[in-house]
Amino acid sequence: MRTQRAAWWFVAPALIVLGVFFFLPVLAALVMSLTDFDLYALDNFDNLRWIGFENYARLLREPLFWKALGNTLYFVALGVPTSIGVSLGAALLVNSKVARFRGLFRTVYFAPVVTTLVAVAVVWRYIFHTRYGFLNYGLAQLGVDPIDWMGNPHWAMPAIVILAVWKNFGYNMIILLAALQNIPDDLYEAARIDGASGWQQFRHVTLPGIAPVLLLVSILTMTGYFQLFAEPYVMTEGGPLQATYSVLYFMFEEGFKWWSLGRASAVAFLLFILMFLVTVVQLRLGRERSDA
Amino acid sequence: MVNRRQTMLALAAFAAAPLSCSRRSHGANTVRFWAVGREGEYAVELLQDFLRERPDIEVDVQKLPWTAAHEKLLTAYAGDTLPDLCSLGNTWIPEFHALNALAPLDAFASQSRDITLDDYFPGILDSNRVAGALYGVPWYVDTRLLYYRRDILQKAGFNAPPTTWAEWEQMLGAIKAMVGHDRYSVLLPLNEFEPLLVLSLQQPSDLLRDNGRYGNFRSADFHRTLEFYASMFRRDWAPKMTNTQISNVWDEFGRGMFSFYISGPWNIAEFKKRMPPELRDAWMTAPMPGPDGPGASSAGGASLVIFAGSQSKPATWAVMEYLSRSPVQQRFYELSGNMPPRRSTWQSSTLASSPYAKAFLTQLDRVRSPPKVPEWERIAQEMRLTAERVVQGVATVDAACTALDRKTDEILEKRRWMMDQDRHT
Repeated sequence: MRTQRAAWWFVAPALIVLGVFFFLPVLAALVMSLTDFDLYALDNFDNLRWIGFENYARLLREPLFWKALGNTLYFVALGVPTSIGVSLGAALLVNSKVARFRGLFRTVYFAPVVTTLVAVAVVWRYIFHTRYGFLNYGLAQLGVDPIDWMGNPHWAMPAIVILAVWKNFGYNMIILLAALQNIPDDLYEAARIDGASGWQQFRHVTLPGIAPVLLLVSILTMTGYFQLFAEPYVMTEGGPLQATYSVLYFMFEEGFKWWSLGRASAVAFLLFILMFLVTVVQLRLGRERSDA
Repeated sequence: MVNRRQTMLALAAFAAAPLSCSRRSHGANTVRFWAVGREGEYAVELLQDFLRERPDIEVDVQKLPWTAAHEKLLTAYAGDTLPDLCSLGNTWIPEFHALNALAPLDAFASQSRDITLDDYFPGILDSNRVAGALYGVPWYVDTRLLYYRRDILQKAGFNAPPTTWAEWEQMLGAIKAMVGHDRYSVLLPLNEFEPLLVLSLQQPSDLLRDNGRYGNFRSADFHRTLEFYASMFRRDWAPKMTNTQISNVWDEFGRGMFSFYISGPWNIAEFKKRMPPELRDAWMTAPMPGPDGPGASSAGGASLVIFAGSQSKPATWAVMEYLSRSPVQQRFYELSGNMPPRRSTWQSSTLASSPYAKAFLTQLDRVRSPPKVPEWERIAQEMRLTAERVVQGVATVDAACTALDRKTDEILEKRRWMMDQDRHT
């Protein structure tokens, strides 16, 4: 009994901090999402109305919300696999026995993660420039016509994906690298003795070895990419034709531009539910695969 | 032992320090001024003389960028840390008035020697009134009008800019026929709501009805405006483009990609600087043409306001008076290129001799405020999105007007409830 009480004392600081800075605000936001908290309510709490699920119902009727949701899903569908693919590729390269200057490359690949997005955006806006941009210059060498990356609604999102992948792949690379280094060498040795080719080694030794970490990385990346905001905010302001307008951007504008905090909270909870569902599906898929 | 007591006292004082530093302790002679935009830098310069004149007053100028100003001000309001003085976009005045955040200025203005309200352009001054009471003093003005290519217009056979929509349509058609399919007559960027707003303010009926309770976008007048606006795209007189796609408006204007452009005073300096030398005299400004004769434009600009919680209102008013004096406004114009809101400043300054500014002076006598409801900014955004849908062919003018009206009614729902409850709005 006494040890139990002692245990509670030990976790109390963490619990209190979590309670005050996490659970309480989340609860407050949930309550707020059931009200029409806005400018008028900011002036005087008497102007606050309890409106039940009206915020949610209205959001589901709002075409812009669906557009933002579609854009976000598109970004996740395009960005997450690309990001993990690039991370894995970079991790394999850096982990390779034949590679030289591995420490240097590890640092170089990780550098974008720790740079400031706003500063990076300035550089990328030049890279994406239709007429003077490096990207279009490179494409022109291959005989591709210049692409209006930031102005064309069809290309703006892929441009944002390129930026986001470049900015984030280093982080996953480090995690995957750790997993790769944990695979015992004798497994590879045994595979070679059995006559497995490079691809077969990758398919049957490397991938199973890093599968749990790959699942973790994909969930982390997915949740991160669902919260797309800073990239379009600094690069396109949600345009052109709202092609890069994300759910979080929608929430930001509702909350801090129009000050409809009730609706903004409702957006947050809808996004939470969505991410929760996708994560459950991912976990179940991961478990099935490891059972098989 | 003495040492220990001193330490205790010091600690106590240290602990209490944050309490005594709250804003209540700011002296009645300290004015905290949040200046929005680049104007903040000029304000510091202009105030040098004031500080010599009134050594008893201390002015603490903070600069904020326009893009973050609205959020910062609302956050400051929520945290009760608003400054004494601020330069506020005049379309924000109804919103901050709805929050009870602004101090009424009529009592100050009626006794002022420096600020004579009759001297201000009436349309601009009116944008600072809510329900008859004055909440801001105009600092500089901003209205939209036509920039046009004189040489292209002449080549198409017209010697003067248009004064009516019908005349304008003739010119737009003639220019388009002359310049061919890859050039246009007018640029109306799809990411700006101002051109459409200006055109709709020219109509007699209001954009909102019943004292701002409902949208009035189903009216025949707005219908006619949107039809006119959309027709310019349908007939290929205007490109279906945003400003970011154009990337360099000044270059394209120089190249003759379009001959008319609706914009504000800041572009005088830009065009002067960026038009190639051989085209220096090829462009000019003109007041907006209207449905049946010279038309109105929007009453924009920034105003100086005092926040209701200020503990140093008289000192703050003194700063406002100083910044509103004609000679100071003239210097402000020379520094920033911002147009002064007072007639006397226009007469005395170099503005009177600028051919490009003349159209603005004419236009400033014909400006109209957008509806003064706190929700206006949002409604204007919806207006832009609606127009974009019509232009892109996703909706008809009829359907768009109905949808915009419904959306506006939805946005104004809280306002109606507030008014029904007889609450302060």
